[in-house]
Amino acid sequence: MSGAPPSAGWPQRWAAELFGTPGRAVASVLLLAAIGWAALHAFDWAVWHAVFRADAEACRAVRHGACWGVVAEKWRPMLFGRYPYEDQWRPAIAVAVLSAVTLLSAWPRSWRWWLLPLWAVALALFVGLMRGGVGGLAYVPTSRWGGLPLTIGLAVVGLALAFPLALLLALGRRSQWPAARALAATYIELVRGVPLISVLFMASFLLPLLWPAGWQPDVLVRVLAGLSLFVAAYLAEIIRGGLQAVPRGQTDAAMALGFGRWPVQRDVVLPQALRLVVPALTNNVVGTLKDTSLVTVVGLFELTGALGLALGGDPTWRPFYLEGYLFLALVYWVMCFGLSRYSAWLERRLAAGTR
Amino acid sequence: MNRSSRRLASRPLWAALFATLALATAAPAFAGKVLDAVKQRGSVKCGVTNGVAGFSAPDTQGNWSGLDVDTCRAIAAAVLGDAKKVEFVPLNSQQRFSALQAGEIDILARNTTWNLTRDASLGFHFTTINYYDGQGFLVPKKIKVTSAKQLKGATICTQSGTTNEKNVADWSKAQGIAVKTVVFESFEASFKAFFAGRCQAFTTDASALAGLRNKEAANPDDYLILPELISKEPLAPLVRRGDDEWFAIVKWVPNALIEAEEVGITQANIDQLKGSSKDPAQQRLVGAGDDLGKLLGLDKDWSYRAIKAVGNHGEVFERNVGPKSVLKLPRGVNNLWNKGGLLYALPVR
Amino acid sequence: MAPSAVRSRALGVALQVALVAAVVGGAFWLVTHALEVLRARGVRSGFDFLLQSAGFDISEGWLDFDSGQPFWRAFLAGLINTVRAAVPAALIAVAFGTLLGIGRLAPHALLRGLCAVYVDTVRNVPLLVQMLMLYFALTQLLPDSMAAIELLPGVWLSKGGLAMPWPMREAGDFWPSRLDRPEQGGFNVTGGAVLSPEYLAVVGALALYTAAFVAEIVRAGIASVSTGQKLAAQALGLGPGQQLRIVVLPQALRVIVPSLTNQLLSLTKNSSLAVAVGYPELVSVANTSLNATGRAFECIAVVMAVYLILSLAISSAMNFYNARVALRGWQ
Repeated sequence: MSGAPPSAGWPQRWAAELFGTPGRAVASVLLLAAIGWAALHAFDWAVWHAVFRADAEACRAVRHGACWGVVAEKWRPMLFGRYPYEDQWRPAIAVAVLSAVTLLSAWPRSWRWWLLPLWAVALALFVGLMRGGVGGLAYVPTSRWGGLPLTIGLAVVGLALAFPLALLLALGRRSQWPAARALAATYIELVRGVPLISVLFMASFLLPLLWPAGWQPDVLVRVLAGLSLFVAAYLAEIIRGGLQAVPRGQTDAAMALGFGRWPVQRDVVLPQALRLVVPALTNNVVGTLKDTSLVTVVGLFELTGALGLALGGDPTWRPFYLEGYLFLALVYWVMCFGLSRYSAWLERRLAAGTR
Repeated sequence: MNRSSRRLASRPLWAALFATLALATAAPAFAGKVLDAVKQRGSVKCGVTNGVAGFSAPDTQGNWSGLDVDTCRAIAAAVLGDAKKVEFVPLNSQQRFSALQAGEIDILARNTTWNLTRDASLGFHFTTINYYDGQGFLVPKKIKVTSAKQLKGATICTQSGTTNEKNVADWSKAQGIAVKTVVFESFEASFKAFFAGRCQAFTTDASALAGLRNKEAANPDDYLILPELISKEPLAPLVRRGDDEWFAIVKWVPNALIEAEEVGITQANIDQLKGSSKDPAQQRLVGAGDDLGKLLGLDKDWSYRAIKAVGNHGEVFERNVGPKSVLKLPRGVNNLWNKGGLLYALPVR
Repeated sequence: MAPSAVRSRALGVALQVALVAAVVGGAFWLVTHALEVLRARGVRSGFDFLLQSAGFDISEGWLDFDSGQPFWRAFLAGLINTVRAAVPAALIAVAFGTLLGIGRLAPHALLRGLCAVYVDTVRNVPLLVQMLMLYFALTQLLPDSMAAIELLPGVWLSKGGLAMPWPMREAGDFWPSRLDRPEQGGFNVTGGAVLSPEYLAVVGALALYTAAFVAEIVRAGIASVSTGQKLAAQALGLGPGQQLRIVVLPQALRVIVPSLTNQLLSLTKNSSLAVAVGYPELVSVANTSLNATGRAFECIAVVMAVYLILSLAISSAMNFYNARVALRGWQ
């Protein structure tokens, strides 16, 4: 349809697409001109006239250049929030540990029996490093945790807690018992119908009232509870879609082979179901990572909140909020785009065996 | 597939749900009194702001200072013997009341205005007023406004969930000055919008306006605090209802600081007065007279420790919000009753 | 039935009854326990506060609300503001998203690339960050309210928002009789209808963010239409635009509509983020009320109930539409 023979390489195809007809040529020229103009201005602002040193005077003096000095100056409060300054090596290592385990889990060859215990160890290390109080490390209360470690920690632990509940709900919704179906469906529809902000408010304000004063889960635990309960409903729907897509024949064949009821689910149906919904699951993981930005509203200073803390109270650097936002957006983008690329790769890889 | 295998299908689901319910019902016993809990924990949990200069703000190392901070330190010194045994819990204005209701903190010292609704319907007791404030307006000088009466048609930024929002509404109605309010969730977002030019005026307690102008404005001389105060904002620490003993302690420690200023005890001369004072009023406060601490559940030197830790109320004021501090506020109505102000210590005897 | 089957059936029913009783009982216990704790702390509860006067203003919206009016009217004003933001954002998102989705499949490498860059960038940054950035850009870059610029006769742009002429009713009339034109006043532009920067930021961010997701859904929908259809349409002599409009899109709609429902529900729920930029929609009003009255339970319950009703309404509307476009005989 582009006018070039199908066997032509991409330069020829592109040339045909862009300049094949006069109409297309005009459109291409206009688009190229627009893109060129925008790119030139962006480069000018972001690189050519930009100030990279942490010098507020120089930044203010430059009118049409970005002030990346704000990142150079404030990257530590932006990434680590209010964590005590000298101890910030601890959240750095904690983030590195979790990232390493995540990257390892991304490789399908590592999906062995030792992955789950490894995750447990990594999470224990994460909490131990962040919290301190053991091994000679100073204790840091959860109200001081913030920034990137909090974002990643909330996403990982929230998903980890949500997954079993989601499995339960998905199986319940497909169960033979009308009562279980009704209960699971009610929970899922109820939670999916309300915004995450109101669930976080509910967890933050109301959960403490459900326990008498004396047993106090702290803010982080409450937020995690709310986040997990919320994410579980969405995960449950995804898993249910996967379970539905596994052909009945698989269950029948497994039972004919003598598998018990629960082993059928665990060893035959679930692995296939999860494999089918990998793209939807990773979408959900990306969504959860983005949703952690909402906990700013209930007083936990993860990445988005940490930016406010770093720049909001500092009149010298406050005019350069835009550069701060761009840096923040870049950090999120790297994580989320990486995850979605990974999801596409994983989908191709898992499907390869079935084609 | 026969029926019996189907029946067993949801057994794990059923078991898990029962287990969850069992956990939910295993609630622990109701907590004891606050004083016992504080002594057992070894620190006083004090709810403060996220950073309001002069009242409760952390420096870059995380050390807190301010008027409310000193109040909490005085209480810790009186109860636990060490002014450093305070755990400061920063709270935004949405969380502050529920945190106190839930028992996460023992005292809320967060420049909170004492009014009837809060006293009667939230389950709290207000203790001793430590600052008499009022609500004012901050404007940029370039809009050429010198009085609040000239703000007709202006846009005013403020924070949601505070008395500030309601007071502006009341004032606007009472004076017939129509204004538009733009409210933000967080204090930081609201003044950020004001400094960006979204609104012509910013309103909050006048003490916070002073801190805002001096610390947050790029050039403090470009801004003006209007002379009118549109409301009364008596600021006092709060405690939960249901523990009269703790309420009495939190009420009387700041009161002792005010009385100390009235009778002339300072941080510098307290040790000397402890040994040599002949004035019974001074003796009671330095722990050389009657043992009043016993009546509060504390020991004899409760007020001695409190005053030694932070000084008398005048010193606390000077250090945090007075003319030599960042806020540079005059004593005004926050002076002693016999010097033209409203601070009137209940007799410590 | 065999006796063992009867027994297991009876056991199954008994277990289900026990399960429902346990869950319902547990929920009931939790609620009464919480109310008991609140009572013990001296906190009042109950929905009677809805009739008390609110004491705060809501500065924008279609419902005139001032501080003397009751809380329920404040909640209603918040709800109207939510709808007022969500509906235009949804329309823009669907329109823009469809164009982007079609653009991603266009036979023009540059256009495809541009659309892909947009979609991949916007989808991977949280909505809250985008909304805050847009709001920041608006408050920094727009001209001061005392020196607004007039884009078109009667349309003014400033930090106070976008003001435009609006029909106005004279006192006593039912229908609007004249056009109220905005003018530069002392502090702000007065008159006409004003879209505040908060509103513009919320609608803009919602629309641009959701459009990226709609683009992916449309792209997947169009790609799901078998090539045979497109080739046949081409063979019949239809131009590319006609192919899209007459043959491809109607079939793609069947795949698009269910996912689109999810996105519209997401958009409605995402409008609750407006609380961060100061737009007084439902969650923001509920928050202020919660602070003023201390009735956390009641305020949050109202918010959740309203959102549930909104979600159900949108779901059923889309299900109705879906049923209309469904292929008969294939379900």
